[in-house]
Amino acid sequence: MALSDYKGVYVFAQQTDNKVDGIALELLGKGKALAADLGTEVVAMLLGYEIGDQADVLAEYGADKVVLVDHPYLKDYMTEPYTQAISAIIRELKPEIVLFGATAIGRDLAPCVAATVHTGLTADCTKLDIGDFPMNPIPGKETLHNQLLMTRPAFGGNTIATIAIPDFRPQMATVRPGVMQKIAPIADAKANVLNFDAHLEKNDRYVEILDVVKKVSDYVDIQDAKILISGGRGMQNKENYEKYLRPLANLLGGQVSSSRAGVDGFGIPKELQVGQTGKTVRPKLYMACGISGAIQHLAGMEESDLIIAINKDETAPIFDVADYGIVGDLFQIIPPLTQMVEQELAKKKEV
Amino acid sequence: MKIVVCIKQVPDTAGGVKFNPDGTLDRSAMLAIMNPDDKAGLEAALRLKDQYGAEVTVVTMGLPKADAILREAMAMGADKAVLVTDRVLGGADTWATSQTLAGALRGLEYDLVITGRQAIDGDTAQVGPQLSVHLGLPLVSYTQNLKIEDGYVIAERLFDDRHHVLKVKMPCLLTALSELNEPRYMTPGGIFDAFQKEVTVWGRKDLVDTLDSDLGKVGSPTQIAKASDKVRKGAGTQHVAEDGREGAAYILEKLKEKFII
Repeated sequence: MALSDYKGVYVFAQQTDNKVDGIALELLGKGKALAADLGTEVVAMLLGYEIGDQADVLAEYGADKVVLVDHPYLKDYMTEPYTQAISAIIRELKPEIVLFGATAIGRDLAPCVAATVHTGLTADCTKLDIGDFPMNPIPGKETLHNQLLMTRPAFGGNTIATIAIPDFRPQMATVRPGVMQKIAPIADAKANVLNFDAHLEKNDRYVEILDVVKKVSDYVDIQDAKILISGGRGMQNKENYEKYLRPLANLLGGQVSSSRAGVDGFGIPKELQVGQTGKTVRPKLYMACGISGAIQHLAGMEESDLIIAINKDETAPIFDVADYGIVGDLFQIIPPLTQMVEQELAKKKEV
Repeated sequence: MKIVVCIKQVPDTAGGVKFNPDGTLDRSAMLAIMNPDDKAGLEAALRLKDQYGAEVTVVTMGLPKADAILREAMAMGADKAVLVTDRVLGGADTWATSQTLAGALRGLEYDLVITGRQAIDGDTAQVGPQLSVHLGLPLVSYTQNLKIEDGYVIAERLFDDRHHVLKVKMPCLLTALSELNEPRYMTPGGIFDAFQKEVTVWGRKDLVDTLDSDLGKVGSPTQIAKASDKVRKGAGTQHVAEDGREGAAYILEKLKEKFII
């Protein structure tokens, strides 16, 4: 079969406790754009048990079709049945591109699928485009059109590389959560569902789940926040996050987040960490307070719409990505700023 | 019990990064260390050895100088070491790397295979899972708190918001996180012994049931289209605050300008 016979952009619609995760909707948003470039459709692969009611959610966020595999083995995520099911879909329906979230599930599932169907896989992509390979013509070498060009950071964010999979299909990638944009939901969209029988059979690679232990979290996901007031080493301790950053975040309807220094040094919860080993965020406003801006931190926040940084050290690397960098003492600046914002908002209310 | 731990020599990312003209890494130009997640995997194996008794073999694919991390592993307590090195294996992506390691492991005995979750140079976290597929082994990614009971591994598998307690029949493959444990130091006696012991060196011909078309650069489905230093969006305006109030007023003005408030 010719490589050009592979059609469609497929995304893995990750779900937790029978509810589709945000990353699935982000992948649909990007998948739709790629499908438009290729003149093809975007298809969601929905796996689970008694999960059918989630198909319409995927349609609302742009899925032209939903391939549904509903099976008791797929109730909780397990590597082998999920690998079998996705591999069966790929073999039968022959997609051109398959995208997964770079999550604790996707980073396990995608490599197993790529190894099973024998194709390439690019991890943790931050940018996906359709274009030529090689990107610039090389004499004596055929230029292939309509290739998936996958861009990703490597070496802890020191470099970026663009990868192609010219000779195998599907072209597969995992995509970092928080990087791609979901579309505005299409109200009352109804899914075009294909029920797919993956012929799942237990084998030696099946494992037994003895227990599922959920972490109870008191925090709103910082990836959903429109405004983040973020602290780093310069905050000096955990209490100062509450005293200085929390009130400003509350006024602006935002959340408090942290660099790794705050997590490792002051006991700020890991789920509030922004950066390469934490979360990637792209809020409307990212205010970095006392964050020096290690390269691993920048990798997690530099796509924010507006970056304001406050730091005592005028040479801090955070200023290299900040739209507005204020050299000064955050403990002197934030209290009057909080007061001014409060007055400003009160004034607006009166009007 | 026999445990094989796959380890990788990686450039210390703190020391900067260099490329060959074709866009692949110039590993020879960078300082090299044992990958942190792999070291945690080795430590997990050594703890099982302490607890239950085991023979621990470390395997690496790399340049001849990767001998250094095998010696380090033996100085920590590994019993045997295998270096897989051959010119034809160079330029491998995760498919070709996992095929190479699978070919090497088919020539070894094991009840348990441990790899690190990911290497700090590529950050892909793909080789461990792909190796499990090639060898037909059950996989537990992101492992913590493991123990062994009657031929089964009982382990916690971490997810973003929960963990699963899994029961897995051996032989199986686990991937370890550097947060899993605090790796032990080499002992002086261990260092001495490590340099007396022999490192087995294997080439292409020693890989079992492996196709040439699955190895090295030619066997890699992914190809680099472009590699470069990261280009940052560039600094905006820097403003030195005269005092707290002045700095605050400056920020307030920007928040209004950008319609944040």
